[in-house]
Amino acid sequence: MYEQSPIAKRCTVNRWVCALANGLAALGQGFLSAAAHMGQMGFFTGQLLWRLLPAWTRPRLIIQEIYAIGVLSLVIILISGGFVGLVLGLQGYNILSKFNATESLGVMVALSLVRELGPVVTALLFAGRAGSAVTAEIALMKTTEQLSAMEMMAVDPIRRVIAPRFWGAVIAMPLLAGLFSLVGIAGGYFIGVVVLGVDSASYWGQIQQQMQPVDDVMNGVIKSLVFGGVIGLVAVFEGFNAEPTSLGISRATTRTVVLSSLLVLGLDFILTAWMFGA
Amino acid sequence: MMNTQRSIEIVVGAFVLAGIMALLVLTFKWSDFGTSSVSGYTVTAQFDNIGGLSDRSPIKLSGVTIGRVEHIQIDPKTFEAVVTMVIASQYNNLPKDSFASIYTAGLLGAQYIEISPGGDTQVLKNGDKITMTQSAVVLEKIISKFLFNKAAGQ
Amino acid sequence: MKPYIQFEQLSFARGRNLIFDRIDLAIPQGKITAIMGPSGTGKTTLLRLIGGQIKPQSGRVMVDGLDMTRASSKALLAMRRRLGMLFQNGALFTDLTAAENVAFPLREHTRLPESMIERIVALKLQAVGLLADANQMPAALSGGMARRVALARALALDPALMLYDEPFTGQDPINVGVLLRLIASLNQALGLTSVLVSHDVTEVFAIADLVFVINEGRVVASGSPDELRAQMPHVPFLRQFLEGAPDDDQSIAGQQSAKIFATALGLVAPSEPACMSKAQSQSGAL
Repeated sequence: MYEQSPIAKRCTVNRWVCALANGLAALGQGFLSAAAHMGQMGFFTGQLLWRLLPAWTRPRLIIQEIYAIGVLSLVIILISGGFVGLVLGLQGYNILSKFNATESLGVMVALSLVRELGPVVTALLFAGRAGSAVTAEIALMKTTEQLSAMEMMAVDPIRRVIAPRFWGAVIAMPLLAGLFSLVGIAGGYFIGVVVLGVDSASYWGQIQQQMQPVDDVMNGVIKSLVFGGVIGLVAVFEGFNAEPTSLGISRATTRTVVLSSLLVLGLDFILTAWMFGA
Repeated sequence: MMNTQRSIEIVVGAFVLAGIMALLVLTFKWSDFGTSSVSGYTVTAQFDNIGGLSDRSPIKLSGVTIGRVEHIQIDPKTFEAVVTMVIASQYNNLPKDSFASIYTAGLLGAQYIEISPGGDTQVLKNGDKITMTQSAVVLEKIISKFLFNKAAGQ
Repeated sequence: MKPYIQFEQLSFARGRNLIFDRIDLAIPQGKITAIMGPSGTGKTTLLRLIGGQIKPQSGRVMVDGLDMTRASSKALLAMRRRLGMLFQNGALFTDLTAAENVAFPLREHTRLPESMIERIVALKLQAVGLLADANQMPAALSGGMARRVALARALALDPALMLYDEPFTGQDPINVGVLLRLIASLNQALGLTSVLVSHDVTEVFAIADLVFVINEGRVVASGSPDELRAQMPHVPFLRQFLEGAPDDDQSIAGQQSAKIFATALGLVAPSEPACMSKAQSQSGAL
C-alpha cells in the first residue's frame, strides 16, 4: 500500500526533474527567507534608532542593563584577557628571542591586544556571554506574552525593553575591551618580565614609544563600539523576532551567537583594512 | 528594592570608571612605569646620529643593563644629538675615558647604548660628559659603503 | 443602547488562513460580553484587534468612537491606557515581584509619589485577595494566583474596558469560582465594560449578559445565554459546541481532522503536488 503512494510514484518517473526542482526551490526559499530576515532586521533597526535617544529619559533602565550585560561579563573577560596575555607573552618571547629582540615584547603584546585581540576576543566572548542572555531573555518575555502585555498597557516595549539593552551593550563593550587589553598586557608582563626575564623598563618603554594614542587606542575603541552595537542589535533583534516556542528561543539564542560572531570577524577585517590600510 | 537599585548603580559606576581608566592608561600613562626604579648619576654624550634611540632606552655594560636614557636633545651649536643618561649609583667606578656606542639588539630589536670601559683611573661623575662615542649604524650606509668598496675594488 | 465596541465588516487573515470573514459585532457598554468558539477560531486575535495590536485586512473596529484600525499611534496609546487586558497565562513580568507588577502601569503612566503608588497597589491586591503575597516573585505563585495578580495589574489604572483572554482555562474549580465572582463584581462595582473570550460554556453562561458564538470566521449565533439555549435545537453547530457532543459526520472540523489523519497514514493522496510539499517542508530548516 505504501509504495503505491503517489508521492513515490511521481518522483520515480520524473526523478531528476523533481530533484532539480526541489534543489532550486530550496535555494530560492533560502534566498527569500534570508532576504526577508534582512528586511525585517532593517525595519527593526529603523524602529530602534527612532527610540534610542528617548530611552535616555530613563537612565536607570540603561544602568540596570550595563550591570546585567557589562558587569556580569567582567569575570570571564578579565580571566580570558589574562590568559591571552600570558600566551602572547610566551609566544612573542619565543619568536622575538630568535631575532634577539625580546625588548620589543611589550609593544608586540600591547599592539596585538589593543588593535585586534582586545576588541575581537572581547566581542566574541561578549556575544557568547551577554548576547545570548539578552536574546533568551527577550525571547522568553515574548513567549510568555510579557511584551504583548506591555504593549496593551500602552508601554512601548522597544523603548522600555529593547533600547536600554542595546545601549547597555554599546556602552559596556569598549570598557570591557579596554580592561581586557590592560589585563592582557599585565599577563604578558608577568610571563615576559617576571618569568622569562625581559627587561622591565624596555617592556613598558617600547609600548610607550611605539603605541599611538589615536591610531591604536582610538581605533580599538571605535572597533569595540561597532562590535558592541552589532552584537547588541543582533541580540535584541533575534530575541524580539524569535518564534514564541522553546525551540524558537533556543534557535534564536544560537543564531545570535553565530551571526554576531561572524559579523564581528567580518567587520573586523573591513575596519582593519580601513584604519590601517589595505 | 531601593537598596539593590542603589548598589547596582554604585557597581556600574565603578565599572564604567574602571573601564575608562583602563582606556586612559592605555593611551597616556605609560611614562609612569619603569622609570622610578632608576636612580643614580647623570652623564651626557654627543652623537651625530642616534638612530632609533629614545627615552628610556637601556644603557648596557657587557650586555648588563646599568642605566636608562633620560632624555635626548639637540645641541644648538653643533646640531648633534645630546643624550642624557642615568646610570645606577652602584656602577660609580666607570673610567672617564669610557666609550659609548649605539647598537641594535639583534636585527630588528630596540637600540641601546653600550659602554666600553677605558683605562683611565679617574671615574665618571654626575654631570660628566662621555667624549668618545660611536653613532648608530644605519643599515643603508653600510650597504652603500659595501657596494662602493666593491665597485672601487674592481 | 449605543455599542461600546463595534466590529464593522471586519476581515482578518493570517497568511492564507482567513480567520474572520466580514464579521459584525456590537458590544454594549457596562455589560459582560462573551465571545465563544472552539479553539483556533481566533478569539485571542479578536482581543488583539480591539486593543489595536494588529490591523485587519478590511473593515473597522470602533472602540468608544475611536477607529482602532486607523487611529494615530498617540490616540491608540491613549485608548490603551483606558483598557486592561488579562492574558491567558497572566503575562506577569517574571523579574518583578507581584507588587511591582501591579505598580508597573502606575510607574509608567503616572507621576504619583511612592507612598501613593504603594497604597493603590495594596488596594488592588486586596481586591483580588492576594495582599499577603505582595512580595512574592511570579515564579513562586500558583497559576491561579498569578492570574489574579495579573488581574490586579490590569485594573491598576482603573480601566473603562476589561478584556479577558480565556480566564478559566486550566484553573481548578475553586479558582474558577473566585474568578467568576471577581469578574462579575468588578463589572458591577466599577461599571466596566467586560469582554471575555472563552470556550468554557457553563462559566460563561453563568456571568455573561451577551454571548457571541464564532465558528469558521463567522458569527453563528448571538444573544443572551437564555436566547442561545432556545436557539440550540435549530443550529447544529451550537448544539455540538454547547453540549460538547462528539463530532458527527456533518461537522466540517471532524471531516478535516479525519482527512489529515488519513493523509498522514498514506491512505489518501495529499492535495498538493509532491515537489511543492517537499520543498516547503525544507524551508523550516532555515
